[in-house]
Amino acid sequence: MINRECGVYQTTYEGDMALYPLPLARYSTLAVVVVLALLPLVLDSHMMSLANLMLLASIGAIGLNILVGYTGQVSLGHGAFMMVGSYTAALVTVRLGLPFWLGLPAGGAVAALVGAFFGIPSLRIKGLYLAIATLAGQFIIEWVINHSPWISGGVQSTIYVPTPTFLGWNINNEYRRYFMVLPVAIVAYVAAMNLVRSRVGRAFIAVRDRDVAAEIIGVDIFHYKLLAFAVSSFYAGMAGALWTYYLKIANYEHFTLATSVSYLAMIIIGGLGSVLGSVFGAVFITLLPIVLVYVVEGGAALFGFKYAAIADFLANLRLIIFGGLIILFLAIEPEGLFRMWGNVKRYFRLWPYSY
Amino acid sequence: MKIKGLLTAGFAVALAVALAAPAMASHVIKVGGQCDRTGATKVVGVEICPGLTDYIALVNKKGGVLGHKLEYTEIEHGYLVDRGVEAYERLKRDGAVATLDYGTPIVYALTPRHMDDKIPGITPGFGRADSTDGTSWPYIFPMAATYWSQAGAGLQFIKDQGAKKGTKIAHIYYDNPAGREGIPIVEAVAKKEGYQLRLFAVPPPGVEMGPQVIDITRRFKADWVLGHLFGQAPAVSIKELKRAGFPMNRFVSFVWGAGETNIEAAGWDTGQGYIGMQYSSTGRSLPVIKEIMQRVYRDEGKEIPKFVGSVYYSRGVLNGAILAEGVRLAVQNFGLPVTGDNVRKGFESIKNFDLQGFLPPMTVTSQDHEGGGWVRMYQVKGTEWVPITDWIRGYRDEVMALVKQANKK
Repeated sequence: MINRECGVYQTTYEGDMALYPLPLARYSTLAVVVVLALLPLVLDSHMMSLANLMLLASIGAIGLNILVGYTGQVSLGHGAFMMVGSYTAALVTVRLGLPFWLGLPAGGAVAALVGAFFGIPSLRIKGLYLAIATLAGQFIIEWVINHSPWISGGVQSTIYVPTPTFLGWNINNEYRRYFMVLPVAIVAYVAAMNLVRSRVGRAFIAVRDRDVAAEIIGVDIFHYKLLAFAVSSFYAGMAGALWTYYLKIANYEHFTLATSVSYLAMIIIGGLGSVLGSVFGAVFITLLPIVLVYVVEGGAALFGFKYAAIADFLANLRLIIFGGLIILFLAIEPEGLFRMWGNVKRYFRLWPYSY
Repeated sequence: MKIKGLLTAGFAVALAVALAAPAMASHVIKVGGQCDRTGATKVVGVEICPGLTDYIALVNKKGGVLGHKLEYTEIEHGYLVDRGVEAYERLKRDGAVATLDYGTPIVYALTPRHMDDKIPGITPGFGRADSTDGTSWPYIFPMAATYWSQAGAGLQFIKDQGAKKGTKIAHIYYDNPAGREGIPIVEAVAKKEGYQLRLFAVPPPGVEMGPQVIDITRRFKADWVLGHLFGQAPAVSIKELKRAGFPMNRFVSFVWGAGETNIEAAGWDTGQGYIGMQYSSTGRSLPVIKEIMQRVYRDEGKEIPKFVGSVYYSRGVLNGAILAEGVRLAVQNFGLPVTGDNVRKGFESIKNFDLQGFLPPMTVTSQDHEGGGWVRMYQVKGTEWVPITDWIRGYRDEVMALVKQANKK
């Protein structure tokens, strides 16, 4: 939010260490939460499905940003960790009958274990080499799930879960699903904001900036690299589990390599090393193709073209515009949407008395 | 007195007609579907989607469904699950009474939503085989031979060609859920008939199958190959098997390896004799395709695109025909307004619907959402697919037993 620190003096350590030390920031953040909570009153079910998809993507993107943006470990296996969470949630719900609010942490926990295991190569290799090692993880996990009937529930690798319920409340439409996804997203966001400014988060950043230097000042690289993988995969697992409850189905085809790559795209466009940036990126990548459907088709209709006649052209035009916009945004601000937002904030910080 | 009564009656009739007429005439029935013109299966999408829209255009040209216009909304999803969910929610909000779901992962993801919202979804060629059972999946309609029925029909065809106990059959399949789906039927039939069966998996993306082909032709020495491949894989399998000297007329492919594009990629010369299954007829000589060419293209002064009458285009026409027929029966039996539940009942009362020989004699019931599970064998001759059998199906008992067993769990 656009905040001015003018006239604000902290007199306690607690006040100084708060997530939002400025009163205006606190109010504006609260306002955002209130707006989010009231959205269902104004949006129709289709818009709610968009909101849900963006929130789901945000959770996964925040997780990946902790690993890639804050700790500097490139991962192409994020989709696979989501897959682990998704199937874990489905299995504990179908076999053990656990409710969704227990399935979520279960999915996260199992994904964290698997993620930490596939993070072991990061202790020896860095950068592109690590990307390839995690790529192997993506394929191994996908293959194992796909070929173990015990996990995947048969040749179709598809497990249906019953409608999730909360205190006797059936979560069976987009409005209710929103209230299943939103609290998780808010908790994930606040937890990540706090994590990255804690001792652990500073250790992550030290590892990212130069791991040799970090080791010399006493950061346990082994510990923190694996921890980063575990935390990131926990987020991925939660996101995957939420997908399962959102769709009422676990299917590995939602979490292929293409998913991993699109999450990487989200955090790069949103801003590496920024929690809010992950959300921006998730919104951008989820919303843009859908908005383009309306814009391009509306534009074509404006010029008197019939959709059916030029559908192929429009479909490809949308892809071209989508790719072009990504390049444009990255060219304008390589550090992502978060940096752009920061620029806006900085401009208004002293406005109208800026020098 | 008498005149007054007559006048009153006349006025009442006129009023009733006046009130009813706009309500009847202006009613637009909305249906919708997804399409994939840019994603993983765009080769199929660019032909299947116009097939559907052309058929709906034809229906509207002929006065709509019992006088009501059908409005079909196509939403491009690029074969992505989240966009498919968004597309479905948009169609639902806009009042669609039935949808076409496109793409296996999207069909899986949307199945629970169809059941919750009581909006029927048709999934020809994509859906899971066990959703044939309408009692367990009331709102999901595969409406075309599933992979289980295709396996049954393929093996029936092989048997009709003289396969007997000890005949060696190689089943080459794409190693993903959809690709593995046919295996249980293939295994059950091979056991029943005493065939020697071996399974050969092709890992995605399926562009490399030299070892499998050498195994099939040199070590196993298969008499027949039953192929269930997607995307680029069918073309590769044709090329590789041809190179290994395997006779093409002993290679039977499931429906997604039986398009013109598959043969084009392998070369029409290479593919001569290759046999593929179709769940809708194909070619420009069919009455319904002729009608589309005349009324949707020539009458409008439009040039007829090359793909009209092709295999995938025909499957699009089938999608449109089923949607329109389901809606027609819903209107005929239950009147207006059309609801999702009525369209479901409409689908379930489809009887011997064959669209002048274009479709198999489809009969859908509340138990059988597949419409009988018919396919027709086509063979590559020259540069087109030529039918070599009538509509066939096989091992129906085995298929239905498996459907039952799958839904008991």
